[in-house]
Order: sequence, then C-alpha cells, then structure tokens
Amino acid sequence: MLELEINGRTSRVDVEGDTPLLWVLREQVGLTGTKYGCGIAQCGACTVHVDGTPTRSCSFPVSAAVGKKITTIEGLSPDSTNPIQQAWVQLDVPQCGYCQSGQIMAATALLKAHPRPTDAQIDEAMSNICRCGTYQRIRAAIHLAAGDDQGPGSVIHMEGAAK
Amino acid sequence: MTTRDSLKNPSRRRFVVGTAAAGGGLALGIGLPLDAAAQADKLTGAPGEVNAWVVIKPDDTCVIRIARAEMGQGTHTGLAQLVAEELECDWQKVTIEPITPHANLARNRVWKDMSTGGSRGIRGSNDYVRQGGAAARLMLLQAAAKRLDVGVGELTVANGVITHAASGRKVTYGEVAADAAKLTPPDMKSIKLKDPRAWKVAGKPMKRLDTAPKVNGTHMFAIDLKMPGLLNAAIKDCPVFGGKVKSFDAAAIANRPGVKGAVKVGDTAVAVVADTWWHAKTALDALPIVWDEGENAKQSSATIAARLKDGLTSNENFFAYRADGDAGKVIAGAKKKLDAVYSTPFLSHSCMEPMNCTVRISANKAEAWTATQNAEASMAALAAVSGLPLEKCETYNHGLGGGFGRRGGPQDFVRHAAMIARQFPDTPVKLIWSREEDQAHDFYRPISQCRLQGALDASGNLEALHIRVSGQSINAWMAPHNIKDGKDSRQVQGYYTEAGDAQFGYTVPNLLIEYAMRNTHVPVGPWRGVNTNQNAVYLECFIEECARAAGKDSFEFRRAMLKDHPKHLGVLEAAAKVGDWGKPLPRGRHRGIAQFMGYGSYTAAVAEVSVSPKGEVKVHRMVLATNCGHAVNPATIAAQVEGSVAYGFDHLLNEITIDQGRVQETNFHLYTPARLYQLPKVETVIVPTYDFWGGVGEPTICVTAPSVLNAIFAATGKPVRTLPLKHSGLTLV
Repeated sequence: MLELEINGRTSRVDVEGDTPLLWVLREQVGLTGTKYGCGIAQCGACTVHVDGTPTRSCSFPVSAAVGKKITTIEGLSPDSTNPIQQAWVQLDVPQCGYCQSGQIMAATALLKAHPRPTDAQIDEAMSNICRCGTYQRIRAAIHLAAGDDQGPGSVIHMEGAAK
Repeated sequence: MTTRDSLKNPSRRRFVVGTAAAGGGLALGIGLPLDAAAQADKLTGAPGEVNAWVVIKPDDTCVIRIARAEMGQGTHTGLAQLVAEELECDWQKVTIEPITPHANLARNRVWKDMSTGGSRGIRGSNDYVRQGGAAARLMLLQAAAKRLDVGVGELTVANGVITHAASGRKVTYGEVAADAAKLTPPDMKSIKLKDPRAWKVAGKPMKRLDTAPKVNGTHMFAIDLKMPGLLNAAIKDCPVFGGKVKSFDAAAIANRPGVKGAVKVGDTAVAVVADTWWHAKTALDALPIVWDEGENAKQSSATIAARLKDGLTSNENFFAYRADGDAGKVIAGAKKKLDAVYSTPFLSHSCMEPMNCTVRISANKAEAWTATQNAEASMAALAAVSGLPLEKCETYNHGLGGGFGRRGGPQDFVRHAAMIARQFPDTPVKLIWSREEDQAHDFYRPISQCRLQGALDASGNLEALHIRVSGQSINAWMAPHNIKDGKDSRQVQGYYTEAGDAQFGYTVPNLLIEYAMRNTHVPVGPWRGVNTNQNAVYLECFIEECARAAGKDSFEFRRAMLKDHPKHLGVLEAAAKVGDWGKPLPRGRHRGIAQFMGYGSYTAAVAEVSVSPKGEVKVHRMVLATNCGHAVNPATIAAQVEGSVAYGFDHLLNEITIDQGRVQETNFHLYTPARLYQLPKVETVIVPTYDFWGGVGEPTICVTAPSVLNAIFAATGKPVRTLPLKHSGLTLV
C-alpha cells in the first residue's frame, strides 16, 4: 500500500511500485482528466505537477511520487479560475480537448517559473503535442493569463464577396 | 505480394471492408426493420420536445439535438447556431444533446446521416437542421397565438420571447413549449429559410458550447469511461499487415497480477484482459506470441516505391481521367518542357486519444461506448460481431479525442472490442490500443508518386500539362463498389473536371490527367484533406516550377490561368492581397503561393519562409484564404485553418515507412507531429460568396504544404519534390 498526496488529499493505493503515476491516477484514484497519449514522455498529455514541477506521469513510477505533492488538472483550481484556465476559456483554445489538461498543466508551471514569459520561453516550455493544432491560441492565452494581452489569438480578415 | 490492383485479387481484407461498408448509414437505412416507424410513433417525446431537433424546458433552456460527431472541429456549435438562428431562441440558453444511433433508428432516421467526415458536418445537414429550427419556431408561435387568443400574424419573436405588440403581452418559449409539442408540424416545403446575409446568431464568431469541461478535466472521452465491474484489454495485432496469429502461451502470463486471460481476436490479433489496463498492457508485452507473418513480410518502402515508380510510365493498369487537346504531342514537340517526379508518403492519423472502445454483450443486448465519426457504423459493427439485431444494439458516442478520418469507416476498434467482450459475457470490457498499436495499425493516408510534364509556349504560357498519379487507392481498400469499370477517380480528387467539390481551376489547352492504381498490403483510408492534400502538392509545386521556368511571377502566372474559374481566382487574389504578395520582405525571407479546391471550398495560401545555410526552414507567417460559401462561425473557421496548418505540417515532418512488412514509426519519437515552436503566425481570410455550402475542416490543408514548399523553392532555388523535408536535407525549426 502506497500513500500519495494528490490535490491536497491523501490517497492510499495498492499497486506495484513501478506502475506509472498516470495509470495510478486514472485507474486507482479515478482522476481521468490526466490523459494517456504515448507512454514514452513525448506528447505531454499526461503532464501533472510533482512538487510543482511539470512531470510526464506516463514515465514516472508511482513509488517516486510518495511523499511529494501531486497536482492534477482536477486540483488546479476548484472552479476553473486559475488564470490559465480562464484565458483558455476566453480564447476558446480547445478543439477536441484531449491534450488540453497536459497543455494547461505545462502552461501553469511555465507561468510560475516565468510570470511574463517571452515567446522563446513559451516555445521551449510548451512542447506538448496537439494534433488539432491549437498552438496559436495556446500562445495567445498564455500571454493573456500573464497580463500581456496580445489579442484574441486568431487573426481573421473578412473579405468582401469574391467575384 | 498481396495486392489488389484492379480488384482482381480479393483478399481476406475484403470481408473487413464489406463489414465496414455495410455499416454505412445508407445500408442501415435500407435495413431498417419494418416496425421501426411504428416504434418511432410510440416513442413519447421528452417533455417540451417541440420536434426532433428542439426541446424547450419550462425555464426556457433550449436543448438542440445534434446527430453529427464532435471531434474538435466545432460542428456541434455550428449546427446549434443554425438551428437557433431559425428558432429565434436565446443563444445564451442553448445547450446541445447528442443523439444515439438507436434513437435515430427507432425514429425512422429522423436525424438522417450521423456520419461525420469529408467536411460534411455542416454543409451536409444545413438545410434540414435549419428547417427543424424554423418548424419549431412556427409551432411555438402557433401555440402562443392560441394561448393569447390572437392571430399568429400579430406576434413577433426574439430571443425566445413572443410578443403581442398590440396588447403588450409576452410569453416565453418555455411557457408554450408543451402546447407546441402537441401541434401538427408544418409542411417542411412551406418553410422559408432566412437569407444568410441577415443572420444574427449564425455567421457570428460565437464561442464554442463545449469549452468549459475541456479546461478542468471533466470532459469525458470514451477512454475515460468508468463502470462497475469494468475489465480492461490491451491488444496486439500481427505487426505485418495480413499476417496471422500462429500461437500464444497464455499460461506464461496467467499468474501476473490482475490478469483474467489472454484471448484471440479474429485471426490476426491477441488481447490480454485484466483488472486494469496497465496490468493488461504489461502482461501482453510479456506474452509469448508466434506470428505467421506471411508473404507481406517481404515488403518494404523500397519495394513499394518501385511499384509506384512503374505506375508513372506503365502502359498497363491506368486510365485517363481527362484528356483535352493532345498533351502528349504538344509536350513532345515543345521547345521548352519540364518533367518532374514528386512523391508523398504514407501518413498516420495519430489521434491524441488512442483508439478505444468499451463493449458489454449480454444474451439480449449489446452496447458500445466509443469515440466514432459514424455512430451508426459503430452500431452496425457491434451487431455484426455480437450476432444481435440492430434493435438490440446501442452505441454511445463520446467526445472524440481527434478523428481526422481515422474513426469513420473501418470501425476496427468496435469490432475488436466486441470480439473480446463476447468472450466475457455480461461484463463491460474496455479495449485501449497502446500508442504503438495505434501507430502500427492505422488506415494510412495513401502513398503516391506523380509525374508531371509541361510545355511552355514562346510567351511562357503553359500550353500542355500531363499529370500521371501512381499510387494506392482508398476505394480499393475500403469501398471497392465505388470503383466503376476499374476507374477510380477519387485518387485524382482536386483535379476534377466538374464544379462543386474539388475542381481543377486552371485552363490549360492540352491537359491529360491519368491515374495508375498501384496498391500495396498497407491499409489506407481517409486522412484530413485526402486526396486533395497530396494532389495539391503535386500540382501547385509543379506550377511553381513552370512559372519560374517561364520567368513569370508566381501569382500572375496562376492568375492568368484561373480566369475561367472566378472563385478559384477570388481566393487567390484575397490571399495575395492580405499576404502582401509583391511587397518587400526582410532580408532572407521569401514567399510562396498556392491555390486549390477541395471538399467544396476554394482555398489559397501565402507562406513566408527563411532557410538557413544549414537547411533549417523557419515558417514565419502564413495567410490562408477560404471561400466556403457561407461562413457559419468565423472563429471556428479560423481555428480549423490554424489546425490545418499544424496537421498539414505532417507533410513536411513525417512519413510512415515499411520494413519487413511492418510500420517503423511506432511512437512519437519517430513520428513527430508539429510542436508549437514550429508553427508560424497564421492569418485566416474568409471570402464568403453566399451562394453555396462548402466544407471547412479539410480544404485549407491542401494549400498548407505547397505554399511552404514554394517559398522554400524561392529561398533555395531548388524545388522540393520528395516529402518529408528531411529527404532534401531540410529541417523545420
């Protein structure tokens, strides 16, 4: 039996110590907001915070999480009021939404490290894969959450009727 | 080699294909049980159900029912806007409710086709959903007229509030919905729909209705399903397509934690079922399996390429789709001619949510919970495997974690899950494919090569063009009944003569377009923008070669040839204008331009690129223009345009290669989707002409790669003819 501190609450789980934290969260604890994407720490869909550090939980054994504070998307805020979540809503960032838990966890960690991130810092921190291609709005939403409003994300030109 | 050129050689795959094809909505409609209509009549609608599309609750909440699937493309919000526009309800009170295929079947398919692909979600259902909204409005007004004892003509409605101006009395939709539900629906033919230029809810950049649960982890995907007693399954299919399971040693993993058993899935796959997916997956990895890999194990990318190359020049197994004038003769006699061979690889869909499906089969009921682009096809697949009639089957569709064409026709995820679940009766079993399995058993974007020959006259005009596409056919794999007399025109999508869907826009006096079907053992299927996305690379990059050989401006060269097709020309000019074509650029930056038509819409793009001496390609800015006729939600259109750039970058970055008959790029360390840092600033130009309904999700992907490739050509002076970029010593930074 392992004791984990997840989103401020203690959970006791009966699993093998080498089980990836991702699958413990999803299958034992029932927190399915954290997603499986690749299993090899490439896509970032499984990103959670371990003692505040963005961590790809698919490749992080649960035994290594004992005694640390784990935060998942469900624990980021009680009512979606984290500035990143609010910016995500304001700019309608998600499309299918599957990668967005991981994107949001990566973005919140970035803002903690760099409250006013540059584009270069966003480029470096946001390596999560989004197949729908929401990247442009992700960048704009991070700037928005940082109080550095650079517009709506999408640039739309309505041209008059074609011939 | 197992191939099916000209369909002479029906293989075991035909059965699979047949099952998939039978799952189409049309087939279901024909197979409708005789008593279904009667059953539908017996169904008492939900309280406040004005008609199939609209349910209004006493608190004025307006529930709009949607039949098409939502995979991120925004169709649910767009369709709700169209219904709400005609309904005149309060947009702030709109919620959406998906329907199930069982309900559709029981009500005589009142919601029509549930299939969601080919960018048809909105353009394919705009008329009847708008009529549904309008019919509900008329019924609500009629009920209000009765309630207020006035003539219908004396009433007006806005935001779900009906007003009798003469007396100042008001009633809300919620107050009269129950009465309206009892009225006879109006004759649909009598309904006059609004002029789209007068839209108030549709046509506006409304916010999506499904965002909130996607930022806090509560949006439930099929993979997240929880049920009491749920078992989990992991699957491994023979790595060589067409191979079979010879044997496996279930005893070797029987004592591993949580394992319930190892089972065969059809002839080709093995699954391990366990208490958790992690236990199932790790046990499967440890399971000794012996495969009969078969003849296909001899195939490789090299053997496939050789086969396609043969198709470029062969006099056998090809057909001329279009022959205007005499391109062969003109090219042979031309003083200035060009001849180039392009190639595009297999690509995987790589949906972020791996294929998955939960199935429970009991003696009298079969249920599937999945993520599907065609819930009716899913239900048909479930019926076929469970042996139960459709009336005893049900499929619950969840938000899809990506679709891109993968979750439509094949339904292999449902069939495999059902094959496993029927071995565990009365127990829900959730099958999740590992990423490796998802990558290795896709229905890939078909591989092809293309030889293009052109002749320029003394004035530098393109007087002859010969296009020969050689490659694999989607229809041959998935829908052979669509091939007439061995001629599969689907593979020349984008070069079509007729207007409407994917028309060739250039006027070339001598034009020869041919297709040589060269199939392989690798499964293929639709992939966002297929086949226009490959064919656009061929045509638009070769046109660029011609323009440069003629010494003409890339935009003007195209413009002159598009004069007979004003809509193609219109978007090209819009992209050039917003993309600052011809204006000065910072040192080292270069522009490329491209136009194409696909999925009912006209598109064009301008890309700005720089290329370092080390071959590092940076795309700085892209302007993409689309004329999709009516623009139902400009914000969603922009999201789709931006998304089509990211997905379209697969052209530049990725390929699926084959060695020993199997896929090599089995995870994201080898198949590398575009990351945020690689994306340029994208600008969307919407050029609506309000006289047709075009698609949105796919069309702009066609011009993404060619505009970038043409900008690279401008930068380096060399055309890129073989994709992805790495084959030309280039990387995307």
